[in-house]
Amino acid sequence: MTPSLVLRQVSKVYGSGPTEVHALREVDLSVDGGELVAVMGPSGSGKSTLLTIAGSLEEPTSGEVLVGGSELSSMSRNDRARLRRRLIGYVFQDFNLLAGLTAVENAALPLELDGVGGRAARATGLAALEALGLADRAARYPDELSGGERQRVAIARAVVGDRHLLLADEPTGALDSVNGEAVMGLLRAACKRGVAGVVVTHDAQLASWADRVVFLRDGRVVDQTARPPGPESLLTPGPNP
Amino acid sequence: MSVRHALLALLSEGPKYGLQLRQEFESRTGEVWPLNVGQVYTTLQRLERDGLVESDDPEGEGPQKGFRITASGGGELARWLRTPPETVPPPRDELVIKVLVALRVPGVDVHELIQVHRRHLVQLMQQYTHLKAEHPAHDVGLALVVDAELFRLEGAVRWLDAADARLARLPAAGSAAAAAATAVPPRPGRRLGVRR
Repeated sequence: MTPSLVLRQVSKVYGSGPTEVHALREVDLSVDGGELVAVMGPSGSGKSTLLTIAGSLEEPTSGEVLVGGSELSSMSRNDRARLRRRLIGYVFQDFNLLAGLTAVENAALPLELDGVGGRAARATGLAALEALGLADRAARYPDELSGGERQRVAIARAVVGDRHLLLADEPTGALDSVNGEAVMGLLRAACKRGVAGVVVTHDAQLASWADRVVFLRDGRVVDQTARPPGPESLLTPGPNP
Repeated sequence: MSVRHALLALLSEGPKYGLQLRQEFESRTGEVWPLNVGQVYTTLQRLERDGLVESDDPEGEGPQKGFRITASGGGELARWLRTPPETVPPPRDELVIKVLVALRVPGVDVHELIQVHRRHLVQLMQQYTHLKAEHPAHDVGLALVVDAELFRLEGAVRWLDAADARLARLPAAGSAAAAAATAVPPRPGRRLGVRR
């Protein structure tokens, strides 16, 4: 299977000369469809840069980025924009919903921007909302929804249609822990349906939802967790269970 | 964890058999804290000796022996529920000790050591989170026990993050310089009044 996201020796340098900042240094990362990967690191470790480069919102200084098998730098600007609309979904800490659109209109927006007819786009948007338990909120505007509901609409928008890659930047930052947990459960479920997910965070509880946690420090991948053994291993009596 | 008080709590609902007490204890803690049969019976014997529970047959033994809580058992349970857990003085934390010791050991990269422990803790958190994710939402006992473990482990990860950042800010980060900067290692135990 081709991984949905591949970063090969990706580096990013901002500025030049004495003000030069190395945000990423030779980062290798590969994420398969169905896998949720968390990227953990302190502020300034390069997490957000990694996410914007993976999502083709920014270009690397060197190295390759492949989404769904296509190398981004070999594509025209238009093709990259189309790939972003069709294959990549984004979830941000502050939801980024359009205030003048209802929940279902927000969810269907990427499809409409991609030229899908209004009625078909709305039907697919509604299906995405339904999968997240929000069918009864479809006609509400963002300011009529709670924080947890807004983030679920943002997730619906990120997975609507046939997405390959879901990118999230501190997606539960604005939510309390129980709502945050619900959001992470939904992101995990979306990935289980075949989407590759990358969540960047400094929060270990959030990262612990992932199948794999990659640790970033000073722009480098310094370590990662092994795929954890099944949770049943916690249930065997030990000296300090 | 007080097995003694957990058993009193189960008996406060009504008389129960030994085997039943073990099963109920495990199901209510989401089976995260398994008990062996011996632990249950030894604890019940002590509770009976202390007059906190009574049995149908003080001479009898075995899983079918029934127990009920006494009035003083009820009083003990009420008192325990309201007693703050032992948090002061702070327990000696092995992780803290390892990082403090590492500062003094030549050739040890403290940041690398911190990352080893961070990875281990996050892996453990992944296991707990996946356990919670795979259990039905109505299993509140399991969710509460797992949350408690997750917050405890998260606390340790956050301490490691803070230690990492603090050490990185030292004039010349690295074990030797760091050790020099903490030439006289603090004795947190004494200063904070640890008696152990």
